[in-house]
Amino acid sequence: MSSHPTVKNIDGRAWVFGDNIDTDLLAPGAYMRAPLQVVAQHCLEAVSSDFARHVKQGDVIVGGQNFGLGSSRELAVQALSFLGIKAIVAKSFARIFYRNAINLGLPVLVCRDTDDIADGDHVSLDIGTGIVTNHSTGKSVQCEPMPPFLVALIDEGGLLPSLKNRLHSDA
Amino acid sequence: MTSTRGMTLAEKIISRAAGQARVNPGEIVTCTVDLALMHDSSGPRRVAEKLEHIGASVWDPHKVVLVTDHFVPAIDVDSANILACTRKWAQAEGVENFYDMQGICHVMLPEKGHLRPGMFAVGADSHSPTAGAYGAFMLGIGSTEMVGVLATGEIWIKVPSTTLTRWQGKLQPCVAAKDMVLHLCATIGMNNSYQVVQYSGSAIDQLSMLERMVLTNMTAELGAKTGIIAPDLITLEDIRRNDKDFEMLMIDQWQADEDAHYDRILDFDVTQLGPQVAAPHSPENTSCVTDHKGVKIDQAYIGACTGAKESDLKMAASLLKGRKVAKGTRLLVAPASVQTTNICAADGTLATLTEAGAIILPSGCGACAGMGAGVIGKGETCIASTSRNFKGRMGDPDSFVYLGSPYTVAAAAIAGEITDPRELL
Repeated sequence: MSSHPTVKNIDGRAWVFGDNIDTDLLAPGAYMRAPLQVVAQHCLEAVSSDFARHVKQGDVIVGGQNFGLGSSRELAVQALSFLGIKAIVAKSFARIFYRNAINLGLPVLVCRDTDDIADGDHVSLDIGTGIVTNHSTGKSVQCEPMPPFLVALIDEGGLLPSLKNRLHSDA
Repeated sequence: MTSTRGMTLAEKIISRAAGQARVNPGEIVTCTVDLALMHDSSGPRRVAEKLEHIGASVWDPHKVVLVTDHFVPAIDVDSANILACTRKWAQAEGVENFYDMQGICHVMLPEKGHLRPGMFAVGADSHSPTAGAYGAFMLGIGSTEMVGVLATGEIWIKVPSTTLTRWQGKLQPCVAAKDMVLHLCATIGMNNSYQVVQYSGSAIDQLSMLERMVLTNMTAELGAKTGIIAPDLITLEDIRRNDKDFEMLMIDQWQADEDAHYDRILDFDVTQLGPQVAAPHSPENTSCVTDHKGVKIDQAYIGACTGAKESDLKMAASLLKGRKVAKGTRLLVAPASVQTTNICAADGTLATLTEAGAIILPSGCGACAGMGAGVIGKGETCIASTSRNFKGRMGDPDSFVYLGSPYTVAAAAIAGEITDPRELL
């Protein structure tokens, strides 16, 4: 299997959220007609008014249970990616959001042991090994391993590049 | 690990779609897709360029159903352009099953005769499990995933296990399928991943297809992969409205084996179930209506794929007949389809609603998803027959949505506050 050049060293500030962060919080319906950059400005505003303004490239979301529940809208993932989020670690994910994230090349790791990570902590994570290190506390936790074919999909950049490769190699 | 035990209905459908003799929960399989549903929000505007980018075309336009329901009718230039893009694509790709402003996609599928038991279907919308009322296995997916389906006609899935819910007893007056599924949200929560929720028992047998659809529709809120109901004579009769040749054999074929394995079996008696209300901001925040009595409401909304079908409008009308919407409260009704409007206009249901003070809105997803007419402002409270009451979903982030059955919504409209609909009998 190939290495993970695009996702190997994710390193940034942790934005910690609780359980049940839904797709209406991530991509409010009122902005669904608008372009991505507008939706992104309103991402999570109902629970964190400064998130969209202060989030930086390379930052990481640490979520609770059932992250991304609700709608099938991909803008929920795209808004986070647009703002610079490079991975999401959560206790569990809603099924459509989980698949959308992987299809769009955003690493999503399931980890039940994230209570130690506080908002603003400096964390890094390795998608290949599934180890999340909290540099603010010095603690590391092991996430549930992703199935290899999904790691490979993220490696390729998501479903579209993968499909493109497949369709070309079939031809 | 192989197993020789029988299969659940969902496992049978997945096996057939995967071209395997059997499947086991946890296994990852690739399934061929019998039907792919998209709408104006998730469809052409999201998939057209991507398909082109990967150099693919639609694998089988006859298996695609396209519906405009999220941005109809256009309320601004952005929505008009999204709709124009949708119409253009349908024509260019030869999608014959294109329903433009005819109703909400999950209601269109059965109305136009697209569903059959045993079907493996996907929809670029989270409420796609609605089709499970017809004994079909239908998954909600995102738009990029849909590009994969459109390009290949296939999708991979992890085979889910099945939770069997068994519902006995007889529903009391002013209690409906909506109350059953809200109660289920409160009971098993919203994080039932890798599960199919099957609905069975004498209380399900007695439900009409439209009411069964409420259960499978809100299976999305349970966080399950999908919901399903084994087909029976009521299913048969409904499908025969569109397809006279549909045979009983198809009903018999799509039943679970007697020795199927269920991950969980949950028993409910609906006889004791009262009207349920989900308080802000989650469907699982549900308890009996009596716990919420007296909550003042600004708006009552009968709408969405969940709660604005013919049966829903008639529930509301049964309480609104001869009564008026309370002063200072507005009642909005957005019928789920044009056919719903036609039927309810012909039999007087709409007149009952409007005489009581209801405002009739166009058919579409409307205020439910915060995209159409009827959204609410800062500090306002709405009670709705819709499926979700997440913070900010129906409008301002600082607004409040309660969920209930059409009976409970109508009763609140009359009283101007949440009230027990049984008191209006």
